[in-house]
Amino acid sequence: MPKRTDIGHIMVIGSGPIVIGQACEFDYSGTQACRVLRQEGFRVSLVNSNPATIMTDPEFADATYVEPLTPEYVEMVIAAEQPDAILPTLGGQTALNIAMALHENGVLEKYGVELIGADVEAIQRGEDRQRFKDIVRSVGGDVPASAVCRTLAEALAFAEKVGNRVVVRPSFTMGGQGSGLAEDADAVRRAVARGLAASPVHEVLVEESVLGWKEFELELMRDRKDNVVVVCSIENLDPMGVHTGDSITVAPAMTLTDREYQLMRDLGIAVLRAVGVDTGGCNIQFAVHPGDGRLIVIEMNPRVSRSSALASKATGFPIAKIAAKLAVGYTLDEIPNDITLKTPASFEPALDYVVVKMPRFAFEKFPGADPRLTTHMKSVGEAMAIGRNFTEALGKAMRSMETKAAGFWTTEVVQTDLRLPTDGRLYAIHQALRAGTSVEEIAEATGIDPWFLDQIALIDSVGTEVAEAPTLTPELLRRAKRFGLSDRQIAALRPELAGEDGVRVLRHRIGIRPVFKTVDTCAAEFAAQTPYHYSAYDEETEVAEQRERPKVIILGSGPNRIGQGIEFDYSCVHAVMALRAAGYETVMVNCNPETVSTDYDTADRLYFEPLTLEDMLEVVHAEQQSGDVVGVICTLGGQTPLGLAGRLKERGVPILGTQPEAIDLAEDRGAFGRVLREAELPAPKFGTAVSFDEAKRVADEVGYPVLVRPSYVLGGRGMEIVYDETNLAAYIARATEVSPDHPVLVDRFLDDALEIDVDALYDGTELYLGGVMEHIEEAGIHSGDSACALPPITLGRGDIDRVRQSTLAIARGVGVRGLLNVQYALAGDVLYVLEANPRASRTVPFVSKATAVPLAKAAARIALGATVADLRTEGMLRADGDGGDLPAAAPIAVKEAVLPFHRFRTSEGDSIDSILGPEMKSTGEVMGIDAVFGTAFAKSQSAAYGSLPTSGTVFVSVANRDKRAAVFPVKRLADLGFRVIATEGTAQVLRRNGVPAEVVAKFSDAGEHGDQVVSRILAGDVDLVLNTPFGSPGNSGPRVDGYEIRTAAVAAEIPCITTVQAAAAAVQGIEALVRGDVGVRSLQEHHRRLAQLIGEAGH
Amino acid sequence: MAVLVLEDGRSFHGEPFGAEGEAFGEAVFATGMTGYQETLTDPSYHRQIVVQTAPHIGNTGVNDEDAESGRIWVSGYVVRDPAPRPSSWRATASLADALVAQGVVGISGLDTRALTRHLRERGAMRCAISTAETRGLHERVLTSPPMSGADLSAAVTTTAPYVVEAIGAHRFTVAALDYGIKAMTPHRMAQRGITTHVLPYDADVATIRATGADAVFVSNGPGDPSTADITVLRALLASGTLLFGICFGNQLLGRAYGFGTYKLGYGHRGINQPVQDRATGKVEVTAHNHGFAVAAPLDRVAETEFGGVEVSHVGLNDNVVEGLRALDVPAFSVQYHPEAAAGPHDADYLFDRFADLLERTRS
Ligand SMILES: Nc1ncnc2c1ncn2[C@@H]1O[C@H](COP(=O)(O)OP(=O)(O)O)[C@@H](O)[C@H]1O
Ligand SMILES: Nc1ncnc2c1ncn2[C@@H]1O[C@H](COP(=O)(O)OP(=O)(O)O)[C@@H](O)[C@H]1O
Ligand SMILES: [Mg+2]
Ligand SMILES: [Mg+2]
Repeated sequence: MPKRTDIGHIMVIGSGPIVIGQACEFDYSGTQACRVLRQEGFRVSLVNSNPATIMTDPEFADATYVEPLTPEYVEMVIAAEQPDAILPTLGGQTALNIAMALHENGVLEKYGVELIGADVEAIQRGEDRQRFKDIVRSVGGDVPASAVCRTLAEALAFAEKVGNRVVVRPSFTMGGQGSGLAEDADAVRRAVARGLAASPVHEVLVEESVLGWKEFELELMRDRKDNVVVVCSIENLDPMGVHTGDSITVAPAMTLTDREYQLMRDLGIAVLRAVGVDTGGCNIQFAVHPGDGRLIVIEMNPRVSRSSALASKATGFPIAKIAAKLAVGYTLDEIPNDITLKTPASFEPALDYVVVKMPRFAFEKFPGADPRLTTHMKSVGEAMAIGRNFTEALGKAMRSMETKAAGFWTTEVVQTDLRLPTDGRLYAIHQALRAGTSVEEIAEATGIDPWFLDQIALIDSVGTEVAEAPTLTPELLRRAKRFGLSDRQIAALRPELAGEDGVRVLRHRIGIRPVFKTVDTCAAEFAAQTPYHYSAYDEETEVAEQRERPKVIILGSGPNRIGQGIEFDYSCVHAVMALRAAGYETVMVNCNPETVSTDYDTADRLYFEPLTLEDMLEVVHAEQQSGDVVGVICTLGGQTPLGLAGRLKERGVPILGTQPEAIDLAEDRGAFGRVLREAELPAPKFGTAVSFDEAKRVADEVGYPVLVRPSYVLGGRGMEIVYDETNLAAYIARATEVSPDHPVLVDRFLDDALEIDVDALYDGTELYLGGVMEHIEEAGIHSGDSACALPPITLGRGDIDRVRQSTLAIARGVGVRGLLNVQYALAGDVLYVLEANPRASRTVPFVSKATAVPLAKAAARIALGATVADLRTEGMLRADGDGGDLPAAAPIAVKEAVLPFHRFRTSEGDSIDSILGPEMKSTGEVMGIDAVFGTAFAKSQSAAYGSLPTSGTVFVSVANRDKRAAVFPVKRLADLGFRVIATEGTAQVLRRNGVPAEVVAKFSDAGEHGDQVVSRILAGDVDLVLNTPFGSPGNSGPRVDGYEIRTAAVAAEIPCITTVQAAAAAVQGIEALVRGDVGVRSLQEHHRRLAQLIGEAGH
Repeated sequence: MAVLVLEDGRSFHGEPFGAEGEAFGEAVFATGMTGYQETLTDPSYHRQIVVQTAPHIGNTGVNDEDAESGRIWVSGYVVRDPAPRPSSWRATASLADALVAQGVVGISGLDTRALTRHLRERGAMRCAISTAETRGLHERVLTSPPMSGADLSAAVTTTAPYVVEAIGAHRFTVAALDYGIKAMTPHRMAQRGITTHVLPYDADVATIRATGADAVFVSNGPGDPSTADITVLRALLASGTLLFGICFGNQLLGRAYGFGTYKLGYGHRGINQPVQDRATGKVEVTAHNHGFAVAAPLDRVAETEFGGVEVSHVGLNDNVVEGLRALDVPAFSVQYHPEAAAGPHDADYLFDRFADLLERTRS
């Protein structure tokens, strides 16, 4: 059946900000969908609030709406665009939920919009856990016993029946949000309460626990002729009980015989048909009893999922792209396999390699959070690795994590209870094996299949051979590489080899290098046309010669983590696009399966490899062998490649753009201090210390409060504001790794300072200010967590000129060739330089979208010798002027951060504190854009948290220093009709200033049972919270109150504003909402308008 | 140390896997990621050295249920990473032990992908594995018999007839000509109330009739189909007997209609092959194991001695004939493996179709 011709215009819904459980895999799938649909000649309109995505680049859709993903806003977009159809299955649960809401509230019908690739009934059958179970049973499948419960009593009764070992799962949530395992009645009670609260329909499924069973997933696709293929089988190394998103997973399944696998396949297909998934992809999870093979169906996601992205990268079968084609009428046999070009997509990929996915966690960012892995997903990212065997893939995955540990023997292992699934349990398993624990005992304790444990034992035995051999023979070295040991691991085992470099030199001398194989969907049955490679210690390499076009290698950013996310992938993808267009052959290297950069369609060549020195040197070598490599770009993928630049250059690899020496000038505090002094730019006073005495001396000299942190960190790791000596001592005591190599930096903390973020391009002569962002929160809240506005809302021309001059001086002083990000703090009338990052920053995509200038593309071109002047002539940059002189009437874009506090619990099951500080905690961001600031801010809030209230009750409790500043915004709220309740001190100040405020007791005064603010919030009597924190860690009293208030707000899902600056902005947003002048407009229109304004200003 | 030498002189080094010694056969690659036990015990692999493209083999050991015949048939086995030991609740022995017990020589640790690509580019060819004396090995490969022209049916067929009883109520009786039948095939029939009399491949018409069969099944098997005697099949076709063939059986029926057969470059061996049923347009993912194919026209019904014959199924990867249907006599056959062991069950309906036809011919 060919393409449908009765529809011409399709709307795609994205997945919004990156949150735990829903990350950039949906940018990958959405981008593929947009590309395919446009190639097929459809008009495509798109809604997605996440500016850091490739899909929201204006060139990927005909109309791109960076607007909140709420039914209200999406309806406005539908009204404006009048699409014929909506494709909702590529934007994760968010898109699916919105589509369902629009169906239920009649919007789809009203505008005559059809859902394609999804069927409302089928979605309901797939997502409603009870109906789904009935369906599984109806096709002869087995499911865990369960009951749908809407009250605590019902749930307790059922749990009792199955022995109180249950899993509680809220309906209609994703990433295991609100779910939990319980092993006794008390735990059941807690889990049910939490689950009911998390479910949008106030319903949970209480289910018999099958903890410890083997867990599997199948990725299936169906077309409208009812052809079904299984794209990939995935086996979870961690057994049932650890969310698949938090599990180490392996493709293909390793421990099933064909009979068992085919049973699973048959059942999967039968379920898919019975649910009636219209066309497209779907994911089904299974549990298998390790002792008798009993097969149970766990759940199904009737849409493209995180696992689909993984399966696509793991097999070379592009699920999202094909789902989009199926949605517009094609059938699988009509779609060619991209990789072979000759065979159709109606087949099942055969792998001749092993894929391991490993989750990346960020528990260190959330002190107090329970590090146990459960049914509730907590990882913030993942890396994928491909090897010719499991050990090789596992080794690569472990060294892709971007943590201190890079595989066995590279880190000290803290012995932990093997029974508890935690991040890094593999290390403990290895330790236990070394200590003589048997595979059987470990299998018993962990529920991990002995086959995997045997493989770890195999790695260990190879490691032992390496360590104990009298000399490291070529045979043994070859063997070690075959089983995945990195040079670094071998060096750790053989100290006499002079480290990783020594091992590599020896290895190269005896000619042991990896070859590069191809991911081809078919285990070499047909020739592959797509250069998608991975390294392996094998005999034959498959890298093709290419000597016509010069090559540029671009290093990606590795697994997502807090501080380094999709924004960096965006910049890498842009570099690829710009350099391809400029005639280079682009070679992408990355190990993050969620990204657009690791789509084999993005760059000319893709290497799926860990971003380590060893792996990069081998890729560079392979590419140099096959053609002419101009150099490597390390400045677009964030801190990971930046950290590699110097080491690559020392080993003879040409680095493009900003050179490692310049990077050091910016990153080394001492050197950067000299740069600033030479340019006569002020910076907060600071000093470094390796002991408490030194730290105290510095602090006394620069004056309290001080900001303390370990040197060389990204995302503000371990950063704290310290108000006095006692707390300084406590910090130093906690910072265990203080040493002469790792000093602590002590900065004067600038109180009450306005923070400014700048992204700029520098070519050695000319500076192009990309954008100047004014933060909403004051300095002290990490730039990644702070909301900001572009163009700046209160800065004057003079301020911006100063910013421009300072940025130019820094760019020149450091020697930047490409992008530079600088953070300033404006305090009093002094513009302090906080830091400079000589690389693409987190805000590059936001700035690019707000100003209609592709900064990362320009940076890539500058790295290859173009000048700002050239790029102005080409039209890539503005002909004159830059992002620092946007016209007064330019649209205002507001970026807001999205925080993951609600995903974490303490081990007692309580919420963790949602307070912001100099350490970054957000996982993603949204953008609100509109003609005026208030509306743009309101949109950013709606996109991040759901809407701001326009009436109701506001609760206010602010620190003394904020009381004056809080009066004005609170008064405005009262004028707008809000009821104001406040804690006593705050209420007094408000009343004195003519704001009627009712006093409400503090939690610490009234206790848990009295009428106090926390109980009111939890009861739903409060619509907005304004609470600024005071005190410092360790203090009780006010600090604890703040904590209780904020966590209650998180639990009640109401906006909780923690700075007065944000309160002022929120008030403007609320005013805009009250006025009702909120509309939607596409990015393309905003950009047209901006171009027009700029044109007018130029005349 | 072990070595694998190909007819064209290329060699690969690895570790011994399974029995020690020397093995000769046609090197072919199989891409299934599951089902190595079924592969090893499939008589169609007789005289072939099988290269598994999936790197990890032996993970689930061997068990008592999954074998497709009473022994391992491959003449040699090539894998990259054999499992240190099996892990499966059904395993009764490790794969390595099973290979040793049956004297099957194998090699592990070589670049199986490079070998596969070589076979893909140059075609399936003769080869040897040796764990011992390698001098003169290449010469011995060159003197070993090629697959083209090989008549292997006698080597794999049952010597005496046997009966596989219907499961549940008996509905029909079928005589199966055993050219190397897999155990799953009579089992699939039994599930549909069919009692199967498995006969030596060279059974004559009278022997077949004597079983009281309602229909005749022509099995899969090794070797070059052009060497087989098709007199009995032609007699059965002429008499209007209901016929169903799989794999080798499809090729023999093809020849009986008057089509030729030819050797494919490197064959189809995998469990992921898309085949289209040309009547419905639907695609099935199927198990394949064939090095030869039938040359029949795809674009029209062929007029044969037995009336019209059409290509009912076609392989979508390369448009190879994957099924034939006679329009004027009751006979149909497929080149692939609907019994699917190993492999997906998408083509299971063919056994239903067979049962329906039996039902219809009876009434
Ligand atoms: N009945 C159960 N017993 C034990 N663990 C379970 C059970 N059901 C699910 N789990 C675990 O919880 C995880 C999340 O459950 P799942 O149904 O997949 O929800 P989600 O929608 O979050 O993916 C699974 O990956 C599995 O490890
Ligand atoms: N001296 C200072 N005074 C006030 N706030 C500061 C100071 N230094 C840093 N900050 C705050 O801490 C945040 C993180 O510091 P920064 O140096 O940018 O580290 P990172 O490398 O994590 O981005 C900044 O965004 C800013 O809000
Ligand atoms: Mg799940
Ligand atoms: Mg910063």
